[in-house]
Amino acid sequence: MTTKVNMALVSLLAAATVPYAAAQKINACGATFPEPIYTKWFSDYKAAHPSVQINYTGNGSGGGVKGVTDGTVDFGASDAPMTDAELSAVKNNKILHFPTVMGAVVPIYNLPGVSQELKFSGSVLADIFLGKITKWSDKALAADNPGVNLPNADITVVHRTDGSGTTYVWTDFLSKTSPDWKSKVGTAKQVSWPVGLGGAQNAGVAGQVKNTPNSIGYAELIYAEHEKIGYGLVKNADGQFVKASIASVTAAAAGAAKTMPADFRVSITNAPGKDSYPISTFTWLLIPSKFSDATKAKEIKSFLEWMLADGQKSAPALTYAPLPASVVAMEKKQLAMVTQ
Amino acid sequence: MASQATAVPVRFKNSSSRVGDTVARLVVMIFACSILAITVLLVSQLFVSSAPARAALGWKFLSSSAWNPVTDEFGAAPFIYGTVITSLIAMLISVPMGLGAAIFLSELAPVKLSNALTFIIELLAAIPSVIYGLLAIFTLVPLMRSYIEPALKTAFGFIPLFTGPAYGVGYLTAGFVLAIMTAPFVISVSRESLLAVPREQREAALALGATKWESTWQVVVPYAKLGIIGSVFLGLARALGETMAVTMVIGNNPTISKSLLAPGYTIAAVIANEFAEAGGTIHPAALVELGLVLFFLTIVINSAARLMIIATTSKGSRRA
Amino acid sequence: MNKRLGWRKLVNNVMLTLTGVCTLVTISVLFVILGILIYQGGKSLSWNFFTQLPKPVGEIGGGMANAIVGTLQIVGIASLIGLPIGFLAGVYLAEFDDKKFGMIVRYVADLLNGVPSIVIGILAWTLVVLPMHGNSGIAGSIALSVMLIPIVTRQTEQFLREVPLSLREGALALGASKWKMIATVVVPAGSKGILTGMILGVARISGESAPLLFTALGNQYWGGLTEPTASLPVMIYKYATSPFDEWHQMAWAAGLVLIGMVLTANILARLVLARGVSVPRG
Repeated sequence: MTTKVNMALVSLLAAATVPYAAAQKINACGATFPEPIYTKWFSDYKAAHPSVQINYTGNGSGGGVKGVTDGTVDFGASDAPMTDAELSAVKNNKILHFPTVMGAVVPIYNLPGVSQELKFSGSVLADIFLGKITKWSDKALAADNPGVNLPNADITVVHRTDGSGTTYVWTDFLSKTSPDWKSKVGTAKQVSWPVGLGGAQNAGVAGQVKNTPNSIGYAELIYAEHEKIGYGLVKNADGQFVKASIASVTAAAAGAAKTMPADFRVSITNAPGKDSYPISTFTWLLIPSKFSDATKAKEIKSFLEWMLADGQKSAPALTYAPLPASVVAMEKKQLAMVTQ
Repeated sequence: MASQATAVPVRFKNSSSRVGDTVARLVVMIFACSILAITVLLVSQLFVSSAPARAALGWKFLSSSAWNPVTDEFGAAPFIYGTVITSLIAMLISVPMGLGAAIFLSELAPVKLSNALTFIIELLAAIPSVIYGLLAIFTLVPLMRSYIEPALKTAFGFIPLFTGPAYGVGYLTAGFVLAIMTAPFVISVSRESLLAVPREQREAALALGATKWESTWQVVVPYAKLGIIGSVFLGLARALGETMAVTMVIGNNPTISKSLLAPGYTIAAVIANEFAEAGGTIHPAALVELGLVLFFLTIVINSAARLMIIATTSKGSRRA
Repeated sequence: MNKRLGWRKLVNNVMLTLTGVCTLVTISVLFVILGILIYQGGKSLSWNFFTQLPKPVGEIGGGMANAIVGTLQIVGIASLIGLPIGFLAGVYLAEFDDKKFGMIVRYVADLLNGVPSIVIGILAWTLVVLPMHGNSGIAGSIALSVMLIPIVTRQTEQFLREVPLSLREGALALGASKWKMIATVVVPAGSKGILTGMILGVARISGESAPLLFTALGNQYWGGLTEPTASLPVMIYKYATSPFDEWHQMAWAAGLVLIGMVLTANILARLVLARGVSVPRG
């Protein structure tokens, strides 16, 4: 009964917002991994189409999945593809995955006094995040970094507190390179971290690392680059230490592009190839296939078309890798499945 | 107003004024009832929304230290621990400080100065939590990390309370911030309790040869004891429920640690960080269940506080 | 004898000085807070801050115009809901108090006052966000109004009770009915205090961030009643915990604006009370 009263009151007050109804307002939420490029896209798209206002809240991939499942947003964003269980939890609708760009998760660190770029192998990273390696001067780190004067300081580990696609990609890589990690912690958007401080969203982790000397964390490349936070090279499946870049991320996706499944859910961590960056990932927009509002469906479809064409051009400037052409072609076909 | 009154012919309890009164009474009663309705709604929603978690986890929820959204294992222990520890640290600092300041303001300072200073202190209570957090992140945390925590470690490192790396964030830092936030409450209520102590008590002590301090500490303060304890409980209740400032400096680590320098988590902080994007059925319900625990904690402590404060101020005024 | 007295005098002086020190420390905290905020916030305040919408990271010239307007919107609606309810409930407690029921209402109002703001956010989430299938300014307003009601209720009751019996009896003797007496005599007499309570309550809720975190959420653009809406306290939280230096600057500026609003309201309220007490207290 109270809900009905609330609804009545709310619709009364909602009527008072008629002046605001001029613009087509679309709400989205989700991953912070691609948030820099998404906010740029939504801003550029609005400049070209002033009547369409897409409001994006970066609350983590978990938030994006929850948002589309509960229907509290019009579409979501996630760097971890939805699992079968998550997809079946969506009532009366089917969620379509649309890859937008590819990006890299990098191990960020704050080591005052060390100016060289550090090299990390997967097992070393896993042991650090498991709490087995506790000092920067540990033998295993020194072995990968000959000639670097690593301080004998405690390592402060920083990880995500929220449900994060970035965490999913990071833990996916750690599970693939460390059987210890796989059995003790596993791969997921939110895990039981053995050690470390927590930060909310990519920005929170990057902020903590930036402010905390002798710390290590993980974040999307742009956060490290933009804030001049040091990030290391990572050993890939072919044994090479590779630095994250558009080229190395594109190399990682090359194999997957050829065998892309129809629903676009694929992992490209620890991909083969000597130039591949091992902690690369696609990131997806989660679009419901059925919209109750015909105008919204139309607007979102035309945004997606724009994204697949003009949007891709602004990716490199923000250090994201544009999609391979074959993937773009597949996505254009999937667009037809978005209806009202 | 007088002319209005005389314009109305003298009526004693006739039907129309009785109707007006009854209507007025009904109207205000409805609004008073709304307070009850809101609270009942609050409690029932907390119970209803936490039902999936309570069914799945049972009483073990209160003692378990797990927090694993993947396997749906949730336990409240680290959060209850963090909430209690940070609040305790806050009270250990703010109560002596607050009581000291309250004594100064009620016994020593001249009335005008006392009122002006109390005004300033009450302004401190009005500062939003998120601003304390903002200041804490950029000024207190670096201070803790670079100076205070290393100093504590060198001086007291042999006690398990002060071991571990100096992160800058953690239980101790959160405790300090909470201390600053709760001190104004302790001061203002204690001061009023002390002011309510009748003059004769002080004068009697002084007449017997006590120094001012002895009169204050051995006579006045014990007399106002209940009100002072009430103020402590009030501050404690505030500290338990503080969200923003704590979230920004606690380190967000859901484990129980012996060391005060370690990062931890509180109930309010985990709800703030995880609620918006907790998916599935058990995870959000577990967070609501944490909210329920916090709700009960604050209710119990608030009730105790109010009872003590009422007892003291009415006792004081009766004897005056 | 002298030694003992000397010792007691020493203890006396030391302890009393310590109490002064405690007071000094507490007072100076306020000034340190204000000082840091004015210094850091002042550096980043600009015309842009008040008039521009937030820009994506890396683009300069962004501001928090939407957060300022959002706070005014959310707090405004919350006041529209909470002030009348709180006021009338306070009138009930002061004027129509039924012993048992009044005691229950008073007790429950105090309990509601002590409920942590994040728990109230959960209530608003279940009552408004879920049925509405989305975040909105109105959800935030409802959360804040629930916090406002007990504050206003208790303040109203307190100041109405302080209106002396003589005024009431005078009105009744002149033939006014009870509700007329309340409306035309008692409430105006206690109005300064009631107004103070309202201003203080509104100031308190305008600084709240926790209940808005998952009700009103946030927005890069102008929000609305039924849209997610940005607010100053939530923006401060988001920007302060980010790694971007330009966002840190904006957080300081926003902090300065927010504390300016809150402290001004507080000082105003107390000046109103101090200067204009229309009825001698007690």
